[in-house]
Formats: sequence, C-alpha cells, structure tokens
Amino acid sequence: MGIIPAHMTRLSNIFCLVFALLLPVGALAQGVDAASKTITLGFSSEPPTLNSMESTDQVSSMILAHVKEGLLRYDQHGELAPGVAMRWEVTETSARFWLRRNARWSDGKPVTAHDFVFAWRNALLPATASQYAFILYPIKNAEAINRGELPATALGVTAVGDYELRVELERPCPYFASLTAFMTYYPVREDFFRSRGERYAADAKDMISNGPFMLDKWVHGAALSMAKNPYYWDAQDVKLNRIDIPHMTSDPQAMFNLYRNNSIAMTGLTRELLGKAVELGYPIRSFETGAVYFIEINFRPERATSNLKLRKALQAMIDSTVLVNRIIAIPGMHPTDTLFPRWLKGVEKPFLEEYPPPVIDHSLKRARELMREYLDETGQETPPPLVLLTGENPLAVQQAQYIQYLLREGLGIEVKIDRQIFKQILEKMRAGDFDLVTAGWGPDYNDAMTFADLFTSWNENNRGRYQSEEYDRLVRVAQGTNDQKVRMEAIAAIQQLIADDVVILPSYENSGVYVQDPRLKGVVRSIFGGDPNFRHAWIDDSHPAAAAGATTP
Amino acid sequence: MMRFIAGRVLYGVFTLWFLATATFFAMHAVPGDPLASEKAVSPEIRRNLEARYGLDKPLLTQYGIFIGNMLQGDFGISFTQKNRSVNDIIREHFPISAQLGVLALLWATFGGVVFGAVTAYYRNRWPDYVSVVAVIICISVPGFVFAALAQLAIIGLNEAVGKDVLPVAGWEAGSFRHMLVPSLVLGLGTLAYLTRLMRSSMLEIMDADFVRTAKAKGLATTRIFWQHQLRNAILPVVTVLGPAIAGITTGGFVVEQVFAIPGLGRYFVQAVQQLDYTVIMGTTVFYGAFLIFLVMLVDILYGLIDPRIRLAPEKLRQKGGPV
Repeated sequence: MGIIPAHMTRLSNIFCLVFALLLPVGALAQGVDAASKTITLGFSSEPPTLNSMESTDQVSSMILAHVKEGLLRYDQHGELAPGVAMRWEVTETSARFWLRRNARWSDGKPVTAHDFVFAWRNALLPATASQYAFILYPIKNAEAINRGELPATALGVTAVGDYELRVELERPCPYFASLTAFMTYYPVREDFFRSRGERYAADAKDMISNGPFMLDKWVHGAALSMAKNPYYWDAQDVKLNRIDIPHMTSDPQAMFNLYRNNSIAMTGLTRELLGKAVELGYPIRSFETGAVYFIEINFRPERATSNLKLRKALQAMIDSTVLVNRIIAIPGMHPTDTLFPRWLKGVEKPFLEEYPPPVIDHSLKRARELMREYLDETGQETPPPLVLLTGENPLAVQQAQYIQYLLREGLGIEVKIDRQIFKQILEKMRAGDFDLVTAGWGPDYNDAMTFADLFTSWNENNRGRYQSEEYDRLVRVAQGTNDQKVRMEAIAAIQQLIADDVVILPSYENSGVYVQDPRLKGVVRSIFGGDPNFRHAWIDDSHPAAAAGATTP
Repeated sequence: MMRFIAGRVLYGVFTLWFLATATFFAMHAVPGDPLASEKAVSPEIRRNLEARYGLDKPLLTQYGIFIGNMLQGDFGISFTQKNRSVNDIIREHFPISAQLGVLALLWATFGGVVFGAVTAYYRNRWPDYVSVVAVIICISVPGFVFAALAQLAIIGLNEAVGKDVLPVAGWEAGSFRHMLVPSLVLGLGTLAYLTRLMRSSMLEIMDADFVRTAKAKGLATTRIFWQHQLRNAILPVVTVLGPAIAGITTGGFVVEQVFAIPGLGRYFVQAVQQLDYTVIMGTTVFYGAFLIFLVMLVDILYGLIDPRIRLAPEKLRQKGGPV
C-alpha cells in the first residue's frame, strides 16, 4: 500500500511554512461572503453515499436536496411545489406527471421521464438492496419486484414520450405526489449511471446534477463544495453562487468555535452550547425537526410490560411536561401525549386540531391505584424490576434517569437503565431484550400514515411486537381510500387505540436550536426534503454586521 | 544481526495473523451487525444486503475469504461509506494522521529531552518545581480539554488581530498553519511523559561512576553533559519512542474530531461504533502492522545507540570491553 502521499510535507517545506506563518495572513474563508455570494458550513459527518437510490441518512439527504430535484420539491414555506414536473394529478389508481421541458442535467441534456423510470426500477432491484425501497411500494408491483418475484420492467410506471410520466398505483395513495419529493424518487440518468458502473456517485466527477446546485468538489472525510448549477431551470431564482463545506466533525463544541470565529454561517446547539450562545448574546433560533420521541414498550408475552394494567400505571405516572419544560428545557420542544405531531395535516386544519389527543389522567393517585390492581391481578407482592434501554444521546439519558426516578419514587418500581451504543440498542430491540426503550420516529413523508403504520403487525420497525387486529384493520382502512375524511377518522381511532392499549408512552415533539449569521437570509429549515435548504437563501450585505466586518455575528 | 531481524519479522507476521483472527471472531461475536439501521428493513431487503456483502455465508467461509483477500492486500468495501474501499480510506486518511503525528512527536521528543535534562540539572530548584507541576497537569488533563482551550485561544487571537492568524479548525493538505496547534495539543501528553522519563534517567546518570570519572579527568561540563550524560540518559526515551509513535499517529481521534481533521483515527473509532466489519479489520490489521514494524525498528535503533546490545558478547570480550 502506498501510504506516503506525494503532498507529504518535507522538513524544508515546514521551515518555509513557518516563515509564511509569520507573515501577515490574508483572510480565510468567511462564514458568509457577500462579494462572492458564498457561504461556508460544517458537517457532522461525511455523506455515507450520494447515490440517491441508496441514501438513507440526513447528511446525504441535505446534499442531494441541493444537487438533485424530484418531480415535486418543497418551497420556501415548506410546502410542496412543482419541481421537474410542472403539474400532476393523483387518482385512487394512478398518477400522472407532466414534466417541464427546460429541466436540464448539469451537462446540458434534458431531464426526461425515462430518468425517473430508470431510477425507480433500479432502486427496487433486489441487487441494489436499497433500504428505502419500501417508499416506492405504493407503485404497482414494486414490492414484488423488490422481493425478486417480478422483473423490474413490470413496475407500474411508463414514460409517455419524454415529458409525461404515468404511474399505476398498487393501492390508493393520496400523498403519492409528496413521495416524489423524497430522495429515493429522484431521477437518475441511465447512460451516465452505466458509464460510471460501481463508481457512480462515489466522487464529485461521478455525479451529475439536475438540482439548483452541483457538487464540484468532494475530498472524502474532509470537504465538499457545491456550486450553482447554470443549467437549473430556475437558476435566476438561486442567489448563492457556492456552498462550501470544508469542515467535518461530530464535535458540536468545535463547530460552535468555528461559528464564533466567523468561519461558518450556522451551527446547531447542544444544551450546554445553548447557554454559551445566550451568554455571548447570539440570537437563538429553533426549528421543528418533525420527529416525535417516546418510550417504546415490549409486548412480548414473557415481559411484565405485556400486562395492560402495568402499562396503564406507567402511563398515569409518566407525564413528560415536567421532563420537557423543566429538565430538558430546550426552546421549541413540546411535551405530548400522542404519537401524532402538531404539524400533521388533517382534513381541513391540522390533524390535532380536528382530532385532539385523548386526555390522560397523569396523577400519582391514579397510578398507584392501577399498580395495586396490577399486583392483585398477577398475585405479586412487589412490582417487578424493569429494564429501560437507552443510548448515548444526553437527552435520552436524561429522559431515562427521570423515568427511573419517577417510577421508583411513585410506584416502587426498580428501573435498571441499560445504556448501549446505537448498534447494540438495535440488536437488543430486535431480540426483545428490554421492557422499555427510549425511541423516536422521524417522518418520511408528509402524511399521518408515516406515523400510523408504525405499530402494525407487519411493520419491521414495530420492535416491541405490539399486535392488534383492530390496529391493523384501521391502517388498512386509511390506506384503502383517497377520501381524507375517512382516512383521518381512522387515524383518530388509531390515536385513541394507542392511548387505550398504551402502545407507547409519548414524550415530546423534537426541535433543534441553532445560531445563524444574521446576514444570511432565506434559509429553509424543514421537516421534509433535506434540511437545511439554501435554494432560496441569500446574503443581506446591508445588514449592520456586514459593515462592521462581522466579528460578532 | 540478519538472523535477529529475520526472527523479529517472523514473529511479527505471526502476531499480525493472531491479531487479525482474534479481531475477526471477536467482532462477529459482538451482538448486532453492520446492516442494522434505525429504519428496520424487510426480510427481503435484508437478504439482499446480506448477499451483497457476503454475510449470508458461514462464518468460517467468511474468515477464509477475508484471509485470502488480506493476503492480496484487499480489505473490501466499507459498509457505512458505500462507495469506498477500506484501502482507499487508509490510503487517503492515514497520511494525514501521520503528518500530524510526526509533527507532534517532533515537539514531544525535542521538548521532552530538553525539559527533562534541564529539570534534572536544576533538581529541587524552581525550574524543576515549575516543570513537575506542568508535567502533572499535562499528563492528567485529557487531550480534548487542551484542544478546546487551544481553540478558544485561537478565537481570542484572531479577534484581537482582526483576521484569521490561525484557523480554528479544518485541514488543508500541506498547510502548516492548520497543523501547528493540533500537533502541539496532540504531542503534549507524550511531551510530559518523556520529560518525566528523561528527568529520572538523567538523575540516575548524573550520579554514575563514569560521570564522576569524567569530572575527575577534568572534562568540560558541557562535554560531560552532551557526550556522557545526554547520550546515556536518552536510551529509555528511545525505547518508548516506538510505541509512542504508534500511539500518537493512531490515537489522534480526539484531536482530529475537535480540529475537524480528516485523519484515520475517526474512521477507526467510528467503524467500531457502527460495526463496519471491513473497516474494523482493515484499520486494525494496518495499525497492528504499523506498531509491530515500529517496535522492530526501535530494537534495531537501540542497538545503534548502545553498542552493548548490537554486539555479541564474544566480540565484546575480544575487544576487552565490559560484559
């Protein structure tokens, strides 16, 4: 292995560089540079893969949302907007998309309906082994293709000429249009894909863009850079010339220091850093991540938690209001008693306004009554000890310790906190080696179903093995029609069932806090479609911070 | 000497094989696997993934394939970085860790020898006390604290000057400015350790008979210091240098995280957390080979500095030297 690189610094070079160091140094890249319309950011990690058919994670999703565009996209208000498709229609059995003729790849060639057909078929191939293949399942035959039972050509999607795409649906899917904004649905051009083979999307030169930006530099593990894509159909609306990402570290403190030094335009805050940022007088911003956190319960029959009375007692005991407002105390976090977050749409208004969550009597008295009943019913003298599985995330640990305290003081339950790294949590959850586990769910698409089908008997993510025929039936009802009223009624019934059966113990709707250079405007923080998004961002050089040289943003 | 080296090489190869085998089976014994992710996948997709990565084969077959590929210098493709081979990861990131490590080691060795000798010379006087306190602080305070403090110091410096004198974090190939502070922080612990080592070894030498003899002969103090004391006192330092090089070039994980340096350290640590089998094996075998090589090198270097080790006893007897 040739491990000594050509650029390895020789001693003589070091001495030259020492002199260079002593000379006055020109300004390094600024977090926000109005003259070149460039912003500089830091990432917590390298994108694991930028092959849109295989990507699963946040970092890849953020980059892909800038360098690619689906049939639909999310606009500056976080609403669905025309992307490559100018207009579309979705019925119970099919969907049609009419593509704009001025959508182009970054080499100037047009984006056509064939690029979508190719990407979707390819993502479903068993050999691709895409972890997000399931998101294509509403398309006819998708699941069978993914199982290897049908050839990819059997997929219910056809290009009618270059600019019309017809989709047959497996089942009614009123939110199908919003799915097309998801990364697995992004177009991939066959000739380019084939020309790169195994190297497709492995480096900047092995990628091709149809989004507002294009990747023009990727030094693995170290740096990425995106330049404005001149071929983008709405290029005149893209104000930034470049997004530079020269820093990659998972240390939030280091990111914050970069922000303080004005080297990056924005950074997320942990709770400790939040205090520091307030002290420094930075304006604090927060945004909804869309995720809901809860305690998942093990329903396997050998577990104490499979008993409804015990679960009811836990439900009465655990009120997350104190945890969220007094202990976690991060702005924007919202305590909740339901799986469904506030931002979900209902029929006309937000779902929770139309169907408020069941009211749960969180009281010590009620909890102790239920506990008594449970002990009598099972003929036990003292409550059984419980295992609470949790991870390394400080918030989850705090949550676990709070619950440990509550259950010990309130109900006399000894809770053993089992703290594991992420992979081990997954393994223990799969094996059913827990009673309670701190968990959460981030939505994949903008419909209540992304939460509702979580506890069906067939969902692999239902790691507590909750099983209810009624639950499964309600999900099928909601999946069986485009009638939003019928669907939302079913979802509301699911919401009630989750509370009645105590499927989970809901904790909070998550939010993120961050600081951002005040000269940077128009950044969209959104639940869907890659976050943060800079397609509409611009630099306001009339801001006072710009004149002052912006040493303190 | 040749037989000595050949023996060491054979021994090294065996150690490496043992290391690889033990790591391979220990890694597979850990619950969980690289394919598990927060969004659970259907049995179909899971089977597809297993087939793609060869995890559907029996463990011994996997081991056989791994050893076969390893002998050809191929460690496979990373599970988490789906388009990158482990060889690429090592080739691209180890030189960065190495550059940082070599620079850190330069500071550490130079500083350790100088401070150690000086404190020994001024034993029980104020330079000695100051350095003892400094050494204790440097050894006991963890690296990430120094790293964070150093960053704050850079921010303060940059604010005071009004431009970026030093970067807070980040990496540019061959840029000394980006290496300076991280390498100092990285070398600090070793510097302190070497200072302590050098001091005690120097103290021992200062009372040795041959030093007294040299003084009695009327040699100049500087000559005694350089030729008789320093050269002898430095031996223990050379002994620990091998492991120290390995430790510094591989243990830079924290410093690499804080200063956002794309070294191999973070891949090593993350691979273990994410059970990225191929990267775990690749980096372990690579680091293992590196360490074994360095220890071997030190053995040879030691012989060069101290003739008593290089020469066989018979030769010494012929020369009439001490046995």
